[in-house]
Amino acid sequence: MKFLKFRRTPLISQRNATLLSVLIFCGAVALSAFRTTDHLVTIHFKTENKDSIESVKAFMDVYTVLMSPRCMNCHPAGDVPLQGDDSHLHAMGPKRGADGKGVYAMKCMNCHQPTNTPGLHTPPGNPNWHLPPADMKMVFQGKTPHELAKQLVDKSKNGNKDTKQLLEHAHDSLVLAGWDPGEGRTLPPMSHKDFVKAWNTWIKKGAYAPAPTTN
Amino acid sequence: MTKIKLNINNKDTVLEADPQMPLLWAIRDLAGLKGTKYGCGVAQCGACVVHLNGEAVRSCVTKVSRAEGKKVVTIEGLSEDNNHPVQKAWQDLDVPQCGYCHSGQIMSAVVLLREKPDPTDQDIDDAMAGNVCRCGTYLRVRKAIHLASELQKTASNG
Ligand code: FES
Ligand code: FES
Repeated sequence: MKFLKFRRTPLISQRNATLLSVLIFCGAVALSAFRTTDHLVTIHFKTENKDSIESVKAFMDVYTVLMSPRCMNCHPAGDVPLQGDDSHLHAMGPKRGADGKGVYAMKCMNCHQPTNTPGLHTPPGNPNWHLPPADMKMVFQGKTPHELAKQLVDKSKNGNKDTKQLLEHAHDSLVLAGWDPGEGRTLPPMSHKDFVKAWNTWIKKGAYAPAPTTN
Repeated sequence: MTKIKLNINNKDTVLEADPQMPLLWAIRDLAGLKGTKYGCGVAQCGACVVHLNGEAVRSCVTKVSRAEGKKVVTIEGLSEDNNHPVQKAWQDLDVPQCGYCHSGQIMSAVVLLREKPDPTDQDIDDAMAGNVCRCGTYLRVRKAIHLASELQKTASNG
């Protein structure tokens, strides 16, 4: 089996997993008291479904998306965003700034509009265009699958996101912008639907990190 | 065509425009203010910089609808008598060559000096790297920003 070589590093501790199961159980009991299935929010995250092989396999799909230019270009190792399908440094060298929104006369939104600007070589748009802030850089560029998986679930490095917020993050408007990148830019290597599926599988099956040697 | 209300250079203005029209077109062709220039049209040169609620936006890619209800300041509205410290520094040091890029350069420099009244050379590079000058006046631009910073201090102390 191809994935057996991955070290199984559970990123959600056994203690937290048990606690979560208890909470889910209590929640289910409470909800069943006024069950009108229409409004029932089901948490599919069951720890007994943990499966390191499935989880790691899904993460390797997630990784191909996160390392594609549409995601990585705004998660640079330095303080200048990247640009284009070859992820070169952004022309004009705009800087991250403390809040990730640029500096002085070079703020992201001075050029990046709330929507894509039509035409080739024009700025793609989003109402909240920005890099991660200086105190939480969330670097993707140069990370191995092992490093990136660990970073994504580390609250001190992921913007303080818990599991629920991580699952929701796949639907963030700036994440979605990767699949509507404006003219002339390639799309991530799979559809957003397939990405969400892989993302959810990775997390719900235990958020395991591939072995450190995996490239 | 839609009626778009905005404030240009401290004057409440109503423009009849397609909401998709670039703000640059609206400023030049509808409001008749020709100081702001068209260089590239794709946010790559900085000739078209104006202030939108104080930020140095590139008006060639900013739709006029984004300016609805907001304050736009163009080079014509920066001061009453061309006596803004940045304008004075530009005059004192004869910064422009052909001049085409300089309304954009000045509008960008004003934002820098508002946020960093005493900028270093690195701050100037960080702020001005998006304003391209084909005549190569970069060194005079840098010198003039340092001078404007001094003039600004004198003005606020005096
Ligand atoms: S004309 Fe707007 S940036 Fe060049
Ligand atoms: S002075 Fe000629 S382009 Fe700048």
